[in-house]
Amino acid sequence: MKFTLSWLKDHLDTTASLDEIVETLTRIGLEVEHVLDPADQLKDFLVARIVEAKQHPDADRLRVCMVDFGSGAPVQVVCGAPNARTGLKSVFAAPGTFIPSKKITLGKGVIRGVESLGMLCSAAELELSEDHDGIIELPEDAPVGARYVDFAGLGDPVIEINLTPNRADATGVHGIARDLAAAGLGKLKDHAIKPVAGVFPCPVGVTLDFSREDAHLAPAFALRLVRGVRNGPSPAWLQKRLTSIGLRPINTLVDITNYLTFDRGRPLHVFDAKKVARSLVVRRARNGEEIVALDGKTYRLDDSAVVIADDKGVESIAGIMGGEASGCDETTTDVLIESALWDPLTIARTGRHLGIVTDARYRFERGVDPAFCIPGAELATHLVLEFCGGEASELIVAGSVETPAHTIDFSWSEVRRLSGLELDPSQMAGTLEKLGFDVLHQATNAGRVFVRRPSWRADVEGKADLVEEIVRIAGVDRITSTPLTRDNASVPAPILTVLQKRTRQARRALASLGLVEAVTWSFVSHARAEMFGGGAPELALANPIAVDLSDMRPSLLPGLLAATQRNADRGIGDLAVFEVGQIFKGDGENDQRMSACAVRRGTARAAGAGRHWSGVARNVDVYDAKSDVLALLGALGVQVGGLQIVPGAPSWYHPGRSGTLQFGPKGVIGHFGEFHPRVLEQLDVSGPLCGFEIVLDAIPAPKPKPTKVKPKLDLAGLMPLERDFAFVVDRGVPAAEILKAAQAADRALIVSADVFDVYQGSGIAEGKKSVAISVVLQPREKTLTDVEIEKISERIVADVSKKTGAVLRG
Amino acid sequence: MSDLQKLESETLAAIAASSDEAALEAVRIGALGKKGTISALLATLGKMSPDERKTQGAAINVLKDTVATALNARRGVLKEAALDARLASETVDVTLPVRSAAIETGRVHPISQVMDELTAIFADMGFSIAEGPDVESDDINFTKLNFPEGHPAREMHDTFFFQPKEDGTRKLLRTHTSPVQVRTMMNVKPPIRVICPGRTYRCDSDQTHTPMFHQVEGLVIDKTAHLGQLKWVLEEFCKAFFEVPNVKMRFRPSFFPFTEPSMEVDIQCRRQGGEIRFGEGDDWLEILGCGMVHPNVLRNCGIDPDEYQGFAWGMGIDRIAMLKYGMPDLRPFFEADLRWLSHYGFRPLDLPSLAGGLSS
Repeated sequence: MKFTLSWLKDHLDTTASLDEIVETLTRIGLEVEHVLDPADQLKDFLVARIVEAKQHPDADRLRVCMVDFGSGAPVQVVCGAPNARTGLKSVFAAPGTFIPSKKITLGKGVIRGVESLGMLCSAAELELSEDHDGIIELPEDAPVGARYVDFAGLGDPVIEINLTPNRADATGVHGIARDLAAAGLGKLKDHAIKPVAGVFPCPVGVTLDFSREDAHLAPAFALRLVRGVRNGPSPAWLQKRLTSIGLRPINTLVDITNYLTFDRGRPLHVFDAKKVARSLVVRRARNGEEIVALDGKTYRLDDSAVVIADDKGVESIAGIMGGEASGCDETTTDVLIESALWDPLTIARTGRHLGIVTDARYRFERGVDPAFCIPGAELATHLVLEFCGGEASELIVAGSVETPAHTIDFSWSEVRRLSGLELDPSQMAGTLEKLGFDVLHQATNAGRVFVRRPSWRADVEGKADLVEEIVRIAGVDRITSTPLTRDNASVPAPILTVLQKRTRQARRALASLGLVEAVTWSFVSHARAEMFGGGAPELALANPIAVDLSDMRPSLLPGLLAATQRNADRGIGDLAVFEVGQIFKGDGENDQRMSACAVRRGTARAAGAGRHWSGVARNVDVYDAKSDVLALLGALGVQVGGLQIVPGAPSWYHPGRSGTLQFGPKGVIGHFGEFHPRVLEQLDVSGPLCGFEIVLDAIPAPKPKPTKVKPKLDLAGLMPLERDFAFVVDRGVPAAEILKAAQAADRALIVSADVFDVYQGSGIAEGKKSVAISVVLQPREKTLTDVEIEKISERIVADVSKKTGAVLRG
Repeated sequence: MSDLQKLESETLAAIAASSDEAALEAVRIGALGKKGTISALLATLGKMSPDERKTQGAAINVLKDTVATALNARRGVLKEAALDARLASETVDVTLPVRSAAIETGRVHPISQVMDELTAIFADMGFSIAEGPDVESDDINFTKLNFPEGHPAREMHDTFFFQPKEDGTRKLLRTHTSPVQVRTMMNVKPPIRVICPGRTYRCDSDQTHTPMFHQVEGLVIDKTAHLGQLKWVLEEFCKAFFEVPNVKMRFRPSFFPFTEPSMEVDIQCRRQGGEIRFGEGDDWLEILGCGMVHPNVLRNCGIDPDEYQGFAWGMGIDRIAMLKYGMPDLRPFFEADLRWLSHYGFRPLDLPSLAGGLSS
């Protein structure tokens, strides 16, 4: 919403300065976005006279002018304008002047060998219009040396406010003035509008053609003919106002409607009466009906839109834009003035559907003041008669204007209850009254009133709205900040849930492993979603912002893998990234999971990447991913006793180089490994790559314990001893089974077993491998004798053989 | 010179001349070994007369001690020299670079860091953290929050929708984290104090907007919560978050469908060479929206607005991260450019706490 200071003063009797007004507007909720003071921008441009204009010696199109701008001796200026002639008064800029359109500060120049000490300006150069055909021509009586802004009366600051959608009443200057008056910045001018007495009946009839259910689409439609008008350019002051807020003056009749749209927030429409039939119908559009609107474009309508039509077809899209065929131009002699009420929802929907943004739509979809429907028509008539002459018909109104009373039972104490602000009831009542509310005291209770809202404040529904009105005018800066003490005086108790804690810990743990956290889009392309087990129709966006951001991600892997490739393409081939974020298994409220995922590329291993004098890092592989995920589980304090690592993982992993982490077959928490080459190819991603993804929600929660006491530390007094065994076994036998069998041989004595060598090749039969393990025995009661040790060793060998088919390597 | 004197000077000379422990050992064996010269002299004592034995014995023993002492001394010197030689030979080039440790290279994303900072501050004020799904219903994202159907305020949200279902409803991506407030109010009996950080979506993309971003909202519901307390919470938050002793905030009346009265809040700052300083300067920067929870919203969530009241606020996590840590542009937050992440990311153990400070 834009207006000028002088326009505001038409409605507000005030002595306040521009600064005060701007500050107050923002303070009361009409946030000033921009103030443009042309007086400031154009203050250095002066009225000047061309004493003499001569042809430039070296250029056909240039003239050398001697210019008098009241500083004494005339100065020499080279000018290319065709209208630069001796005796012309124009606008002059001396060196050092800032030229708004060019965003430069003018300097002295030499043009084709002739010195030029300033510039004669076109209107375009001053950003006053698009006109750059020549320099500005001023009348003979323009005072040389005066500021051009003062002479031209351009010193009217333009204020632009960022209007919140609830304030339909402030879409007109009058409403803004009312707010300022309530805030103590002056007195609202009362422009009482007297009805125009029609001198003949309106010859054009109007029918509202709606079913009972549709009656709300067009509650009222007022129409009047003014005949014998002259429709030339509108008065200069009106044109200037429209121009200053960015509107293009068209002709008087159209300018009047635009003017009242901004002056009163009351959009109107004018038809050239000779271009429409004798009767108008307001109805739903018929599917497929078309109209060429005032913007010259053809719109195809359907029955969700409301139109004004005659027997030739649609003449206007109700509340949004008129038709070209019935528009007013300089030949118009008889004009129909329309002032109507429309259903805001329908206007919003139709406007959005047709993609038309107009000042009328802006107001109707927010809801205009119904009570101003008829006065708006009268005011427009006054202006038409004043500027265009003619005589007015009687006003006809189809439908009726309803302004049902809306009364709120209000206690003054509500203000303190919600805002903490202590105000005097008489002051609060004064504020409401100045805003147009009626305040009726309740006889039985001094602290309580009935408040009736004015017709232009349909946004005010209840008590909280009244509190807002009172508080915003009083000034929210008067609310004093008051400590919000904690519910009790204790040390704060922990607040994070298990999942919230794990999410946070996972980030720190993964970063500690040298991984860098990325945050990637929650959406991926449909193809990528499908590749990683997603792509369900209920998780595909109906209006994605881009085709590659169309489906909710089923996994963090596609985003991270794509990220590794983007970095590799920039020359960073060794990198390790992770993300802890949401993935989507369905569109239900419990279908979202918190996933932790990491990807390593190239040689970016935890111990370091790339070539190094101490040894070259090898490419990452499945074991790096396994190490990362186990480190993460360890850091999260997950009890890994029951954790199984099963070979194989979903289709996007390498089938022979991946594993599944699970607490039993139904307790899968995630997967790790290298990726399937076909998937990488489809993703257009190259490796070496490895990674893991686990679902944090799937990890069993720790069992609550009554105390924080850790289990008693059991330190054995005797030395542990270590025995090594090398087995030859089929290549397909997992090492974990050998270790498991070895450990099971004596659960009391054997405390750990680990693999220290794996070998296959010469000396080992084809299809076999050698696995060397070390087993740690911890005697408890007494030292083990050689015989006892030998017996345990034999049992280990026997059990491993029995369970895995291994034989002790000879 | 007696024989003993001669033997002594010869032996001591041999000790002094030993250049390593092996040579010294040879001298020791030659003198004190079973068949050594001094041992041989001692063996002659048995054949001597007691008197002779007395004088000669003492002299030989003196010689033996002298030689033994000299041997020990020389051994010490040689050992020291050998150690010096070994150490010299073991010298390496300590200026050779080592590999970076994992904990040096790992980074936490600024959004995660700021979420941890928010948690530290609000946990201390007695707030819990509430979360909810990103895929929401129209009802919870809009209708329960008092957005009238078709209202311009709804249009301003640029919502991402999913395909309509058979029953005509359609899910959407939440446009703000306010649905989490709704879910909290529907499920928790007041008093309520929560913050709701999370991911939000709007179909918008330019210099300062990304289709996905992060918000944090706060909600207090009890029987007395009012705008003065809201002001205090926000002032305390801004001081703690931006780590400045004072902030100046400007509250402006505004409009949100879900609060009444509503306000927008600007924070005073000074911009200086790409850096923003809070608590000084003449500029105002809009950082958040807030207000008293609209009675319709309370009612929609099953709370009686005449018994309970409360306030709520919301702000962009990405935005406050940018303001605090100086990232000039929002889009790189989600581009996973390692150079950006390594530069703007936080070290693994930079754990924000009120005791240790939010940032190091």
